[in-house]
Amino acid sequence: MKTTLRRAAKPGLAVLALSVALTACSAANEEGDTNATGSGDDTGSSLSGTLNGAGASSQEAAMGAWRAGFQSANSGVTVNYDPVGSGGGREQFISGGVQFAGTDSLLDAEELSAAAEQCGADPIIIPSYVSPIAIIYNIDGVDDLKLDGATLAGIFAGEITKWNDPAIVATNPDADLPDADITAVHRADDSGTTDNFTAYLDAVAPDVWTHGEVGEWPITHGEAAPQTSGVVSAVTNGQNTIGYADASQAGDLGQVEVQVGEDFVGPSAEAAAKVLEVSPKAEGQGENAMAYELARDTAESGAYPIVLTSYLLACESYADANQAELVKGFLTYLISDEGQQAAADAAGSAPLSDALVEEAEGLIAKIGS
Amino acid sequence: MSAPTTSPPAPPPARAKRRIGDVLFRGSTQVAAGIILVALAGVAIFLTAEGIPALRADAAHLAGESTFLAYAWPLLFGTLLAAFIALLIATPLAIGVALAISHYAPRRLANLVGYVIDLLAAVPSVVYGLWGANVLGPAMVPVYRWLSEHLGFLPLFAGPASGGGRTMLTAGLVLAIMALPIITAICREIFSQTPRLHEEAALALGATRWEMIRMAVFPYSRSGIVSAVMLGLGRALGETMAVALVLSAFRIVSWDLVSGTAPSTIAANIALSFPEATGVGVNVLIATGLVLFVITFAVNFSARMIVARSEKGLVR
Repeated sequence: MKTTLRRAAKPGLAVLALSVALTACSAANEEGDTNATGSGDDTGSSLSGTLNGAGASSQEAAMGAWRAGFQSANSGVTVNYDPVGSGGGREQFISGGVQFAGTDSLLDAEELSAAAEQCGADPIIIPSYVSPIAIIYNIDGVDDLKLDGATLAGIFAGEITKWNDPAIVATNPDADLPDADITAVHRADDSGTTDNFTAYLDAVAPDVWTHGEVGEWPITHGEAAPQTSGVVSAVTNGQNTIGYADASQAGDLGQVEVQVGEDFVGPSAEAAAKVLEVSPKAEGQGENAMAYELARDTAESGAYPIVLTSYLLACESYADANQAELVKGFLTYLISDEGQQAAADAAGSAPLSDALVEEAEGLIAKIGS
Repeated sequence: MSAPTTSPPAPPPARAKRRIGDVLFRGSTQVAAGIILVALAGVAIFLTAEGIPALRADAAHLAGESTFLAYAWPLLFGTLLAAFIALLIATPLAIGVALAISHYAPRRLANLVGYVIDLLAAVPSVVYGLWGANVLGPAMVPVYRWLSEHLGFLPLFAGPASGGGRTMLTAGLVLAIMALPIITAICREIFSQTPRLHEEAALALGATRWEMIRMAVFPYSRSGIVSAVMLGLGRALGETMAVALVLSAFRIVSWDLVSGTAPSTIAANIALSFPEATGVGVNVLIATGLVLFVITFAVNFSARMIVARSEKGLVR
């Protein structure tokens, strides 16, 4: 049986080698089935084998750092992550194609019951990646811009069209705002960044932003650009532009300080982590979930409410004991100080607070076969 | 074709022995031809089978539209508009370049220009896209501003002008540059095949160079020009990456060429929406791919028909 499987996997491995750039997920899946047993490498670590994951592309940069860190600590282990998108990752996880998945949005009831069936228990959900979304702008002569939620919603909804609109001047009395049209840049593709940004607008200014929380830009106003890099370059190259992008990709562009309570807060890792702490748990995600209903309308000082939270899904038990050990080892590394620091360096994400890490450790300890 | 031969007609050859090389070669060419048909049929079957569920998709998967046609029409409109602009710019330019190479420029310069034009075809489309979005677009902003201010009464330039220059006109310009080498290469070959006798006859009648080209070269190469333009159109219709990067795309029907609110194209929409699409959403995207496939097929088919008909006329 084993030899035939190995033979079957060989073309898969060849495909994997040939298509490094294509992230050959099917080949990676085949591999996972065959390599589940330990090979007995004497590397000081008892872990070996292949771990496969898929999901949100927002986690890709952090996942690269985690994979590198975990694999160098455990030389017998290969971790694959296919950034197919949140929906695709959840789908593959539920069908058992991958051992863990990354997702920007939580599971709906149907997905949750399917995942519970696949895992034999409610899936483990931990927030692996919290990253601030910066509101970036490029206006000649303006280095400092403060906006409240309603004004931001007005700009992106197309109700505020000039930079010297009274609503903008009100929070920026000293800035030299030009009498120019606002070009509001948004994502052209369906994206978790848009989802989180519109969730914020919906929470703080539902009467201005009437389009709800959506992944795909809902209105024909402003300009569209593909991917985070597209938005950043559109804002950089355009004139009098504003847009939103993952803070780690914002570069030298100006970043809006958003009104929270009485203060104005800019995007930072600490401010992003803070909002998670003050947020209540999300309902209906099963008993093993650390899922949050982000308090985007928080008035807590020092919290930055426009964040993207990405979760990792794993099972409490796996049919194969080695697989369970691998998942447990990887997740433990991932929430450790070292893992969180690696992600912060590579992707600019916010390290989880100690209280959250402790809770996540409790969940990860449940993983077994 | 009509070259006079002086050698006596060869005696009818004895029935040749079947050689193994001939048999193998014949077989391999036939297999090669067959593979193309199988691949094309495979694509068509895949698109149809996967696209059919889209016809029953509900509004949630159709971006709020009630029927698939209502969803696909703006995309088709954008695709055709972008391709039309591209051809409007590329066709005269390509014919001019091809004529310069074949009839006007000194031979050495002609070779150089021809080489550079061929090189344009080798540039990856993503490079054109990045150039269009980051260099050409921002550089065109003042032009778009001027157009919308002074010609804003035309629906084409209604504005407001885009602040980043990522407009339909920019996309059309980038596509024009991408279609240029294909059209130029074919036109150049056809122009240089014009029978020398026709050209000399025209010149002998007192025609100027331009009149000679109009009287001898163009009539001879009309079908070739049409098929070259059709091939260029194929490229412009199917281009994905460059359009996705350049165009500030919305799913709307709009004639406005200079605003940042531009209609998307089928290929760009698939590229942008596919990564996060699930379930019937994937079928919807594939069904739009089928629409593009049918349009492209129709374009190529009609090009073939035009060429075949004109060739018949020429033989006479």
